[in-house]
Amino acid sequence: MKPRITFAVTARILRQLRRDHRTLALMLVVPCLLLTLLWWMFVDNEAVFDRLGGPLLALFPFIVMFLVTSVTTLTERTSGTLERLLAMPMGKLEFLLGYALAFGLVAVMQSVLAVSLAVGLLDLDARGSVITLGLVAVVDALLGTALGLFVSAFARTEFQAVQFLPALVIPQLLLCGLFTPRTALPPALEAVSDLLPLSYAVAAMQAVGTSATWTSDLTQDLVVVTAWALGALALGAATLRRRTA
Amino acid sequence: MVNNGETTVTVAGLRVVRGDEVALDELNLRLFAGEVTGLLGPSGCGKSTLMRSLVGVQRVQRGSIDVLDVPAGAGPNRSRVGYVTQSPSVYGNLTVAENLQFFAAVLGAPGTNVKRVLTQVDLAEYADALVNRLSGGQRNRVSLAVALLGEPVVLILDEPTVGLDPVLRRDLWALFHQLAAAGATVVVSSHVMDEAERCDRLLLMRDGAIIADDTPAGLLATTGTSDIEAAFLHLVQQAQVTTGVRS
Ligand SMILES: Nc1ncnc2c1ncn2[C@@H]1O[C@H](COP(=O)(O)OP(=O)(O)OP(=O)(O)O)[C@@H](O)[C@H]1O
Ligand SMILES: [Mg+2]
Repeated sequence: MKPRITFAVTARILRQLRRDHRTLALMLVVPCLLLTLLWWMFVDNEAVFDRLGGPLLALFPFIVMFLVTSVTTLTERTSGTLERLLAMPMGKLEFLLGYALAFGLVAVMQSVLAVSLAVGLLDLDARGSVITLGLVAVVDALLGTALGLFVSAFARTEFQAVQFLPALVIPQLLLCGLFTPRTALPPALEAVSDLLPLSYAVAAMQAVGTSATWTSDLTQDLVVVTAWALGALALGAATLRRRTA
Repeated sequence: MVNNGETTVTVAGLRVVRGDEVALDELNLRLFAGEVTGLLGPSGCGKSTLMRSLVGVQRVQRGSIDVLDVPAGAGPNRSRVGYVTQSPSVYGNLTVAENLQFFAAVLGAPGTNVKRVLTQVDLAEYADALVNRLSGGQRNRVSLAVALLGEPVVLILDEPTVGLDPVLRRDLWALFHQLAAAGATVVVSSHVMDEAERCDRLLLMRDGAIIADDTPAGLLATTGTSDIEAAFLHLVQQAQVTTGVRS
């Protein structure tokens, strides 16, 4: 494990992102715009914004990071640079950590922006602290990054990578407890939603929104989300092959 | 064949299946330090597959490949073997220098190597150009520059001179010979037969097998032909007579 190599990967990705203004805007500006849109929709009914705002602070980073990471990693796989790197003294773990670190940093920036906007300007009423809110958002964004890295192994083109969004993310969105409490779902669907990581990401945000103190439920939710992220990273490492057919 | 350089690559009984095709079959090969070996043959004959096998990125079905006394692709080789893929594998949205600095960091090569390889591939004045804005031939040379960064002992170059003008081609071949003279093992693939004359040794491939292994002069002499293309056609005809036509 050589930190030098991990940092080289991180620095390279950040440099590439800095050149790519559109992607940067998608990651940093779009979540803020969407939150503002939501606030505007319910400008006469603040209770709704307070209820939905928190979970959406979890969802936007998750979705955006999933999308950007899966496409970026796929490009690395298809352009031959991944093969070249793995033929060099590059460990799989170093490679993945380099990616996770780069997108993790972006996730931190994104969360700071979105949370500041929501709490500072749009008056989102969360009982928990802003720091906790930010932390949960970052963990959720990292989950998106880790899952994006993993699914990129199963796509051959960028087009196919984008298809994972409706296939894997939207079902989670429907079942995560945002539209209806998960306990109100038919038993079979509730059982399914118990297995999905986004359910815990949203539950964590709801916990921060409704309780002023750090609860054991919050810890539990964050542990599940983190475990999913680490699991996806480990599976992602298994899909990086030095030898291909 | 007479050779004074030590054996750096030994391939024995190599069989590779890609998709439904047998890409390489029962292939045996030795390569020596100090030589520029040309790998020639028609499209689809298995040149890239053989090169990928030597680098250790190709899944192989059978056989052994030793490079610098360890199995191909083993840890110690990852900084000693330079590899240029057939299509350039560099980052389009980074500049030439940024690409090289990144790969140098991965290889643990000193930053001063960046300047050296830029000069070697004649791209010094494009150091700050985005790779996406370069021509195909220039992009190929960035890819080649990456392979030269770590001062490799074995160089596997898959069609490194495609799309280059005659002057640049001559210069790069001079560079390959210079590296070989310094003790490197250099393998260059091409399907341009006129590049064959620049090699110390030629391997002609067809249908996943090596059908000739000789110096350019030796090849012309044994086939009684006056250029490599004619020699190749002669050998193909011979192979069809002795083994029967495949497919
Ligand atoms: N990615 C792949 N998947 C499946 N089969 C492949 C793949 N790449 C090559 N092949 C098959 O392997 C065989 C050898 O291909 P290879 O790329 O080694 O040829 P080549 O001699 O390098 O050709 P060219 O001069 O066109 O680059 C071909 O018959 C081809 O159909
Ligand atoms: Mg080829």
